[in-house]
Amino acid sequence: MSITSYSFLLFAGLLLILYYVIPRRWQWALLLIASYAFYCFSGVKYLGYILATTICAYFVSLRIWELKRRQDARLKLHKDELSREEKKAYKAAVKKKQKAWLIFALLFNFGILGVIKYGNFVVSNISGLFGASGEDLFFQLTLPLGISFYTFQTMGYLIDLYRGEYEPERNFFKFSLFVSFFPQLIQGPISRFGSLSKDLYASHPFDGRQVSFGLQRMLYGYFKKMVIADRIIAGLTTISGDPSAYTGAYVFVGMIFYAIDLYMDFSGGIDIVIGLSQALGITLPENFKRPYFSKSLKDYWHRWHISLCNWFKDYLFYPISTSSAMLAQAKKMKAAGHEGLSRRFTVYTATMTVWLSTGIWHGASWNFVVWGLLNGFFLLLSQELEPAYRRFYERFPRLEKNALWNGFRMVRTFLFVSLLCMFDYYDSVSTVVRSFVSMFTSFRLSVFWDGSLLAIGLSAVDYWILLVSLILVFIISRIQEKGQSVRGLIAARALPVRVIAWYGLFLIVILFGAYGIGYDATQFIYNQF
Amino acid sequence: MDTLLEILNDLHPDVDFETCDTLIDDEILDAFDIVSLIAEINNEFDVNISAKDIIPENFNSAQALWALIERLEDEE
Amino acid sequence: MKKKKFLSAVVIILFIAGSLYLLQRLVMPKYMDDVVEGNFIAEYYDEEKDHDVIFLGDCEVYENFSPMVLWEEYGINSYIRGSAQQLVSQSYYILEDTLRYETPDVVVFSVLAVPYNEAPRESYNRMTLDGMRWSLSKANAILDSMTEEESFLDYVFPLLRYHSRITELTADDFTYLFHRDLVSHNGYYMRVDSLPAENVPEGRPLGDYTIDAAQMEYLDKIRILCEENGIQLVLVKAPSLYPYWYDEWDAQIVDYANEHDLLYVNLLDQADEAGLDFQTDTYDGGLHLNLSGAEKLSHYFGAILRDQCGLESRRGEEALEAAWQEKALWYQEDKARQEAEIAAGG
Repeated sequence: MSITSYSFLLFAGLLLILYYVIPRRWQWALLLIASYAFYCFSGVKYLGYILATTICAYFVSLRIWELKRRQDARLKLHKDELSREEKKAYKAAVKKKQKAWLIFALLFNFGILGVIKYGNFVVSNISGLFGASGEDLFFQLTLPLGISFYTFQTMGYLIDLYRGEYEPERNFFKFSLFVSFFPQLIQGPISRFGSLSKDLYASHPFDGRQVSFGLQRMLYGYFKKMVIADRIIAGLTTISGDPSAYTGAYVFVGMIFYAIDLYMDFSGGIDIVIGLSQALGITLPENFKRPYFSKSLKDYWHRWHISLCNWFKDYLFYPISTSSAMLAQAKKMKAAGHEGLSRRFTVYTATMTVWLSTGIWHGASWNFVVWGLLNGFFLLLSQELEPAYRRFYERFPRLEKNALWNGFRMVRTFLFVSLLCMFDYYDSVSTVVRSFVSMFTSFRLSVFWDGSLLAIGLSAVDYWILLVSLILVFIISRIQEKGQSVRGLIAARALPVRVIAWYGLFLIVILFGAYGIGYDATQFIYNQF
Repeated sequence: MDTLLEILNDLHPDVDFETCDTLIDDEILDAFDIVSLIAEINNEFDVNISAKDIIPENFNSAQALWALIERLEDEE
Repeated sequence: MKKKKFLSAVVIILFIAGSLYLLQRLVMPKYMDDVVEGNFIAEYYDEEKDHDVIFLGDCEVYENFSPMVLWEEYGINSYIRGSAQQLVSQSYYILEDTLRYETPDVVVFSVLAVPYNEAPRESYNRMTLDGMRWSLSKANAILDSMTEEESFLDYVFPLLRYHSRITELTADDFTYLFHRDLVSHNGYYMRVDSLPAENVPEGRPLGDYTIDAAQMEYLDKIRILCEENGIQLVLVKAPSLYPYWYDEWDAQIVDYANEHDLLYVNLLDQADEAGLDFQTDTYDGGLHLNLSGAEKLSHYFGAILRDQCGLESRRGEEALEAAWQEKALWYQEDKARQEAEIAAGG
């Protein structure tokens, strides 16, 4: 069930009504039922996967907790008999057992994810090595809905638990809801148990402001997704569909359009997810903070897909870089006199591991591997250049607050990020390289005014709609960037203003959204009867 | 504490670590800084700050970080 | 204070509902200049509903029979409820819909669609179904013939279906916002141009000639509905040369008619008798008849209706005479206009 389908709206609408009609103590149960119903719509055959993860994580969480509880009880009981060393050894033994359980769960769940998401990729590459064409796929599995998201979220929960951050959820059904809460199954964000669980299991009285703010946010999400992203797609498929014909300036256009599409589609979807959750009284973490206003790549990765970045930071980057093995290695290097190497060793290893993983997370293909490694490489490069930057700003202190200079930095970062996104846009690494090169060798400026852009599946009207919509998003983002809430500002206005603002946005989505059978270039051209 | 401040000042000469208590909240220290910091601390004080200790409360100010180091030394 | 709040709520709801309604009317296709077939189903509702005969079917009825001739020569008051590629199920529901307003003596159903069994197409569905007034019959018709890509909601709120036309509105969309001009003659689509039938292809042999059971079921439902309402059902096969009418299909229809004691007229076999000349009487090479062909055929078929269904002439009924007089004016006007266009080389 796509979030832009009528059935999703109907589903969400019914849920919202029921949610505030039934006794409040059953609200969480309704969410669980709704989540599983939602999951079934996407295919009953996938139910096994999410159930396996739920049951495995539930069982392991209780094991880990039980070990800790027993340890605490025993330590308390024998408080005075055990020496400091004995206590330490005992704790270490328990920790080891907990770790075994954790590793079992991680292997099991990432194993499932790995096999169904990456099985083909791995097999086709291996058979490629042995000279097979790589075309005849070993097996073809479609991904169960949201598997990357719920696996990551649930594993984060287990790691937190292992670290002793909170007690596990003992109620199996409540725990199931944490794993399967349906709005975030679609495209995240990846939440942490500590913050989400409170909202998830609490009772929520009807709060008109929350509900209307939530619905307003959904509407804005639909606007980004349907009016901008789904419209621009027509041009995108034309350009990427024939990379040998669309070179030079077209590549540039495709690159920019793809960056726009990606953001509008993804953040619009997240707006819908967060908005719906807000209407249900549940706060989800923000996943985007106007990433295209970033002044550097590092800044960008603090603003784009935040929940995933945080996941990798908390559960991969820090554990690797602070592991005793890594620290010991760094120490050894320092002792051997390689000061610089020692300083870089942990950060470099952890960064490249994280970005390789982030790349692979995005998809099973070499494009994403290259994309991830390039991101890591450039982040480290700018880290190395940090002292140079600092000297630069010491020399030109006024530049740091200069609007023009910062604008330039934003545009530069946007172009750079868009460039990296080409690995997602084109279907193979070699096409990306070829297209990239053609931007410099066969850039024909006249493409922009000789009507060529009207022949890629977008009409003049489409461009106008896109332009006006993008300006609207830009203005809204500027206001948000200043820390103001647009919905709050509108809510403070008089009723007619509010009606015109929201009904206006609604009409724009209804009329200019690229949805339905009618949205077809071939519409209403009838054959002869 | 002085050693710690020295490490911090090496990392970011432009920040006044004795007074600042929003090192994480204001994104003065990023992930790279934190990791180098942990490596340095490991070098100097021989304590292992593990991933679970990397929370804003422990890193927002030099004092908090110092408290963390003392606590870990204690546990050793 | 409470009253004021209530009042503003009412105003807002009226404003929103009103503007959405207007927008919906604006973006819906008007079918005035082009593909006028889209208006046929809706035109029926403006009629005085006192018909002796209702024709049901696709283009094989609305391009081949002229109610004007039936009235003038036989005093039969008839109406054609047909639309482009009208599916058998849609004919059934349109019959249900018609019975809400009147009960004719005879229903003439064109059988081509029964074995032909074309896959529903969205554009045709729209032209047939959008014109129907809301009733349970319409809802069932939609549910039964919707394609997989379509959704019921798009029929309830056509704005959702046609929204993208907002950027391609024409003057017609404003002119015909609230009314349409008459385009048919009691459901008959007049064409005076002609294109001789040449090289009509023979039917390709089919693997299986058995008529789909689901199709027969709807035919059966039409028959039962007629029986229940005391209506005589007549099955016809129009004389169109193409789509090809297989003998094997014909035999099954003959069997069905015999089994249920129905009159079945295969006009394809009687085309010569009716005096049809496919050199002059078709406007598209044998698919559909033009005015001359339709008038010849109506003259021939009217006699069958009179003789075999016992329909008596109602000429002389004052109200009817007046109504048909008016229709005759528009009939002549349409004919003259088209002839003038052809003369002008159009």
